[in-house]
Amino acid sequence: MEVEQTALPGIGLRHEFVTQAGRRIGVVSHRTGRRDLIVYDRLDPDRACEAIKLNDEESDALAELLGAPRIVQRLNALHREVEGLVSEQLPIAPGTPYAGRPMGDARVRTRTGTSIVAVVRAGQVIASPGPEFVLQAGDVVVVVGSSEGTEAVAEIMANG
Amino acid sequence: MHTAILFVELGGVVLALGVLGAFALRVGISPIPLYLIAGLAFGTGGILPLATSEDFISVGAELGVILLLLTLGLEYNADELVTSLRGNAKGGLVDLVLNAAPGAVAALLLGWGPVAAIAMAGVTYATSSGITAKVLSDLGWIGNRETPVVLSLLVFEDLTMALYLPILTAVLAGVGFIGGAVTVAIALATVSVVLLVALKYGRVIEAFVRSPNSEVLLLKVVGLALLVAGLAQKLQVSAAVGAFLVGIALSGELAEDARALLSPLRDLFAAVFFVFFGLQTDPAAIWPVAGLAALLAVVSMITKLATGAYAARKAGIAREGRVRAGIALIPRGEFNIVIAGLAVAAGAHPDLGPLAAAYVLILAAFGPLAARLVQPLIAAVARRA
Repeated sequence: MEVEQTALPGIGLRHEFVTQAGRRIGVVSHRTGRRDLIVYDRLDPDRACEAIKLNDEESDALAELLGAPRIVQRLNALHREVEGLVSEQLPIAPGTPYAGRPMGDARVRTRTGTSIVAVVRAGQVIASPGPEFVLQAGDVVVVVGSSEGTEAVAEIMANG
Repeated sequence: MHTAILFVELGGVVLALGVLGAFALRVGISPIPLYLIAGLAFGTGGILPLATSEDFISVGAELGVILLLLTLGLEYNADELVTSLRGNAKGGLVDLVLNAAPGAVAALLLGWGPVAAIAMAGVTYATSSGITAKVLSDLGWIGNRETPVVLSLLVFEDLTMALYLPILTAVLAGVGFIGGAVTVAIALATVSVVLLVALKYGRVIEAFVRSPNSEVLLLKVVGLALLVAGLAQKLQVSAAVGAFLVGIALSGELAEDARALLSPLRDLFAAVFFVFFGLQTDPAAIWPVAGLAALLAVVSMITKLATGAYAARKAGIAREGRVRAGIALIPRGEFNIVIAGLAVAAGAHPDLGPLAAAYVLILAAFGPLAARLVQPLIAAVARRA
C-alpha cells in the first residue's frame, strides 16, 4: 500500500491513499493542529466530496478507534507465537507512586526482568519509551515478560 | 476641534467598512470590492467626500500594504518556497506569460507606453492569494487533489512579486537603463540574500524575535518588518517586498503565533488600504473605462482558466479538477491594487487607476462567485453525460 504525501504551502500536509476497494481517502493536517478527514468522489476522483473537520481530541479518538485495537490484536498474536511470553496493559491510576515520575525510577527491568514496550497516552501509542519518559496518571503501560514478571510490574506500578 | 472631526470621519469610514464586511459575509462574496466601492464613495467626486482624515488614511494604507505582505510571508517558509519553485517552475512561467500579456498588450494598444505596460502586466498577472485561499477553504476544496497545484502557483506568483515590485519601482522612478539595471541587480541580490539567510540562519532571527509574551512578540515582529521595509524602500527594493521577506524568514510555531497576533491589525489596515485606493479614484472616471475593464477581465479569466488547466493536467488531474484549478485562480485583489497604487502615485496615465479599480472590482467579486457556481455545473454536465 502506498501513502502519497503532498505539501500544501501555507496550510500544512496532505496524506492520501486508494483503498483495495478503489476508494481514495486522505487526511489534511493543518499547521494549526486541525485535521480534515477527506473522502474523495467516486466519479470525480480529484474532488473531496466529504471533508470532516476534526479537532485534536476527535482525531485522537478516531485514531484510537482505528489504531488501538489493532495494537492489542498484534500483541495477542505475539503471545501465541512465543510461548511463556505474556503482555499486560497496566493503567497508571492517579495517586500511584509513578504518576508524574520518570519511568526509569521504577527500575522495572532490573527488578522484574520484564520490559515496558509501549505507553498508550490519550489514544496515541508511544513505542519503546526511554527511562527519562515521564509517566502520567491515565497512561496505560504495555509490558512484556513472564507471567510472574508482569504481575510484579503491576504491583510496582500500584504500590511502589 | 481638528481631532474631533478626524475621529468622526475615521470612525464613520471604519464603521461603514464593518457593515459592508458583514453584508459580504452574509452574501458569501469577498469584501474587497465593497471596500473599494466605499473608497470611491468617500473620495473626491464621491457622494460623501472626507475633509480631514485623508492624510491619516494614506499612512494607514501604507501600513496596510506592509502588514498584508508580512502576513503573507509568514504563511510560507523558505523551504516551501524553494521546493515549490523547483517542482512548478514550468507551470509558474506559463502563468506569468499568459496572464501578464493581457494587461501589457492592452496598455500598449491604448498607447500608454512601456512603463504603463509593465504596471498593467502586473495588474492582470497576480491572482489574489488572500481571496483564493478563502475560496478554497470556504468551498471545502482544500482536500481536493488539484489544490496543491493552485497553491504552488500562488507561491510562485508571490515570489515573482518579490522580484517584480522592485523592478516596477525602479521603472516608475524613471531611472535610465543603467540605473534600472543596478536597481534590479540590488533587488535580486537582496531577495537571494534574505532567502539564503532565512534558509540557513532562520533560527537566529527566530531566537531574537521569540518571546513567551505576546505583546513583546507583536512589537518585535512589527518593528522588524517596518525597519526592513523602510531600508528596502531606501534601496528602491519596495517596502512591501522587505516586509514579505521578513515574513518568510520567520517560520514554524513562531510564525503561527505572529500571524494570529497580526491578523486583526492587518484586517484593519488592509481595509483602510482598499478604501484609500478608492479615495484616489474619481468615480466619474470609471464609467468611460468600464467596458474596457470588463473586456480585460473576460480575457484574463480565460488565460487563468488555461493556466490552471495546463498546470493541473501536468499534475495528472482529471478534467473536472482542471476546470476547478482554473476557476480558483481567477480572483484578483490586493497585489493588483498595490501595483496600480504604485503606478498612480508615480503619475501614470490618468486612466490606469480607474481601469485597475474597475478590473479588480469585477474579478474580486466574480471570481469567488464563479467558483461557487462551478461545482453544481460540473455535476449537471456529469449527469447528462
